[in-house]
Amino acid sequence: MLFDIEIKISLKSGMLNPEATQVERSLDLLGYEVKNVKTVETIKFQMEGDDREAIRENVVDMCERLLCNPVIHDYKINVIPQNMACGK
Amino acid sequence: MKIGVIRFPGTNCDRDVAKAVELAGLTPEYVWWSEDKLTDYDGIVIPGGFSYGDYLRAGAMASITPVIDGIKELVKEEKPVLGICNGAQILGEIGLVPGVFITNETPKFNCEWVDLKVATSRTPFTKAFKKDQTIALPIAHAEGRFYTEDIDLLKDQDQIVLQFEGKNPNGSMEAITSVCDESGLVCAMMPHPERACEELFGSDDGLNFFKGFL
Repeated sequence: MLFDIEIKISLKSGMLNPEATQVERSLDLLGYEVKNVKTVETIKFQMEGDDREAIRENVVDMCERLLCNPVIHDYKINVIPQNMACGK
Repeated sequence: MKIGVIRFPGTNCDRDVAKAVELAGLTPEYVWWSEDKLTDYDGIVIPGGFSYGDYLRAGAMASITPVIDGIKELVKEEKPVLGICNGAQILGEIGLVPGVFITNETPKFNCEWVDLKVATSRTPFTKAFKKDQTIALPIAHAEGRFYTEDIDLLKDQDQIVLQFEGKNPNGSMEAITSVCDESGLVCAMMPHPERACEELFGSDDGLNFFKGFL
């Protein structure tokens, strides 16, 4: 079975996010009043497998070993069987 | 003495480092990222640059290459390892030194000479200096803001090596810009000592970091 994997990586709560600060300032320059800007990185890919949980464990491993730095990042993982994906 | 100068795709301070190693009276040898046997070397420098385009995070991709296994083996043999700029970010990513170097507080690429306080002279790289001595070195980075979850541990174990003096250009925690492991033999620093090895360039304070391998 084919699974769609989506990982959302964000800085841990309370950590300074200079990119978000600058986005907020630049939106302000355009006249938009916004607050609490956050930036979140999304990584998507597909994996073949039979066991959704086993795939999730694999993806957790990827996050811990490469995709995230546990010192500064939180991450959320979505593992969606392709036949359940939107519009299919 | 033979010093390995590590090269990843995107490393760009390797030749400056090799020259600095020579000026210190040592023999540099370039080591490609795919090498994992480094036991012939008496020490290692991981130079600056933008390994793997800084994708994901500065140093993230480099941290899982075979040469890192070789470096870890060398550390077990108590050989000194110096990571400069991107090399410092890599040492943080692989956990050989505590903390990480992340995006500067302000969206600015800091490229300037800075005054630095030598916070400890117990590492091979800072042994020529006195504790609390001020030295001058250039910095050049957008991701150099030091962050650690346990600053007290670093203080207790004398792992803070260099701190910005007079100002804190990137917002680093307690103005720290260089840390070492518990032994002091593995040192990560954001400033570029290889760019300050001859008076012609404004300072030769940097040369002592390379003489530290002797």
